[in-house]
Amino acid sequence: MMQLISANHASAAAVTLAARANRKGRGFCSGVYPITPQTECIERLCEETIEKGSVVRVESEHSAMAVCMGASLAGARSFTASSSNGLAYMAENVFAAGFFRLPIVMMAVNRTLGPPWNIWVDHGDTLMLRDSGWIQIYCEDNQEVHDSILLAYRLAEDERVLLPVMVCQDAFVLSHTLMATDIPGQPAVDAFLPALNLPHRLTERPRVVGGLEFPHETEMHRKQHMEAMGRVPAVYASVQDEFERCFGRRPADPVVPYRLDDADLAVVAMGTTSSTVRAAVDELRAEGLRAGSLRIRMFRPLPEVALRSRLAGRRKIAVIDRDVCPGLGGIVWGEIRGLADPGAVVQSYLVGLGGGDIRPEHIRRIYEDLAARDRAGDPVFLEAGR
Amino acid sequence: MRTISDLESFVGGDRSEPLLRPGNTNCGGCGMSIALNMLSRAIAQRPVQIVIPACCGIVTAGPFPWSAYGAPVVASTFAAAAAVATGLARVAAANGEKTRILCFAGDGGTYDIGMATISAAAERNEDLLFICYDNEIYGNTGGQRSSATPLGASTTTTPEGKHAPKKDILGIMAAHRVPYAASVSLAHADDMMRKLEGALDARGFRFLHILSPCPTGWKSEPSEGIELIRLAVDSGLYPVIEITKGRDVRINVEPSFSEDALRSFVRRQGRFARSQVEVEVIQEGIRSEWEKLRAAAGPPRLPSPPGARMVPDRFAVR
Repeated sequence: MMQLISANHASAAAVTLAARANRKGRGFCSGVYPITPQTECIERLCEETIEKGSVVRVESEHSAMAVCMGASLAGARSFTASSSNGLAYMAENVFAAGFFRLPIVMMAVNRTLGPPWNIWVDHGDTLMLRDSGWIQIYCEDNQEVHDSILLAYRLAEDERVLLPVMVCQDAFVLSHTLMATDIPGQPAVDAFLPALNLPHRLTERPRVVGGLEFPHETEMHRKQHMEAMGRVPAVYASVQDEFERCFGRRPADPVVPYRLDDADLAVVAMGTTSSTVRAAVDELRAEGLRAGSLRIRMFRPLPEVALRSRLAGRRKIAVIDRDVCPGLGGIVWGEIRGLADPGAVVQSYLVGLGGGDIRPEHIRRIYEDLAARDRAGDPVFLEAGR
Repeated sequence: MRTISDLESFVGGDRSEPLLRPGNTNCGGCGMSIALNMLSRAIAQRPVQIVIPACCGIVTAGPFPWSAYGAPVVASTFAAAAAVATGLARVAAANGEKTRILCFAGDGGTYDIGMATISAAAERNEDLLFICYDNEIYGNTGGQRSSATPLGASTTTTPEGKHAPKKDILGIMAAHRVPYAASVSLAHADDMMRKLEGALDARGFRFLHILSPCPTGWKSEPSEGIELIRLAVDSGLYPVIEITKGRDVRINVEPSFSEDALRSFVRRQGRFARSQVEVEVIQEGIRSEWEKLRAAAGPPRLPSPPGARMVPDRFAVR
């Protein structure tokens, strides 16, 4: 059913459907704690009735993730949402859930980390958690946020994967913006998300989950975790197929190129910036400039093979970061620059930090700056907030 | 040591094996070992799942893939035991399972870093039993002060002796009006068994506080642990009480308030050797605490008969 709703409400709708779909399994349990701009999501979730499950209103983000960990260890489907400093406070348990390999799904609204306090969009909060062992997906519109949460459960719960998934969306640009969003019916979601049967769930069998281990065992576990991450692209492709069969829509690939094949200038971006970049590409193409773009939808695991193949032959590449890694430049740039052809110009642009409005004219300036470059220089701050 | 295939063969629900099994890493004379052995008897055939945060109690299990625990255990992050247990308890309830969810934490994970989490779980009246084995220091990190460290005790971070008195953890937990909160003496086995069994069977949030000798940190003889607890109880330093619904206080063991007992308790532990706190000052604290307890509990009454079950509190779990 088509509804005009915010991405926060689209998230709540998706997780409610996923929760009810596990009523024939061990149910649903979620720990929640409010933080702007995620609040509407958990408020809506608290309004819902889930036949076999509960939403626990806890005292901190740290405990919100801990409840999800307990619930998932008990074999339930679990969910939480957070943002910014909430994610920072939760971080210890974000890592714990990742290393436990619990298929928890979290909706993260990207918001600037304080201080100074700022509630607008910035990707630094979730990128801080890039090494926590979670799959990370960055969304571009409300439909994608909704669909990605359903998809995330299927991906997380696949026995070849068994990893938690963070579905990221831009603060206010999506979280509070109403867009027409198609919400599927429960039978379709039931078909897509079978009852969860977590192989490592806690039973009556004596064992210690997450106790002490020696270096070799930790190396073994980290290697298994890496291998699971390595299987994600293939499993993701099969989940895309299954999603399309159930809902008639195909979720985007981990890497989405736009008019890239013959492009002289390529701009790499994540989240809602990608939409603006595409608009700028069309404008520049109309003016005769061979512009193209590449959107990163999945950041963890980094779709390295797809990125390398899409960037092959591109001589001038701009990477837009809506975050800053002090002492380096952009976090995404730091990861992408090694995947381009040797000798290619890979320039870092820091744009829209702290929620500055990113408009097509900002993107044009990046294409112009990139076109004039023979080599990459220091990261460029484009103060879009002015 | 057991292998993982030995563990696989251990079928669920059978508690004929002890909770604390051979191969555990506990020091000789550890009060937590005694508490676990008593808990093992109390659990009997009940299905349980245990959450243990970072503390000596999780090191007890030994390294992966072995486990010295005869029950399923989750090693939680330090502050999060009661919240992880909440998740387990909610799912067990949703599935109509009788599994009892326990937290087993040291004083750091209870009085200090875990305080917010425990307080919130108590406020929500989660269906779980939180047991604090209190050795009055961060034992797992080598004996630093915690807010459970008593006045005058030397630790590695208060070598001159701690200046602040210990937190009243039972008072704090009872103030949440939880169905059941009690202190447990390792030297009073009947009372201890009654409390462990009763707390396992009750519903809603239950809290047990166990003063647990740590020969390493207390600088005491491993063989004297039980005797030290007896002295702590007899001197009035460690009241053995239970509080139902945060209101009804019952004193389970009447102390003699003997000064000799108190002096003996202090003298037998190296941690008080450098204390600048006089025994008279400690006694003043005891007197003040007992005035409060008497006012809450009413006049002295006979202790509960051994093995008597406490009044079950069947609080509805939300």
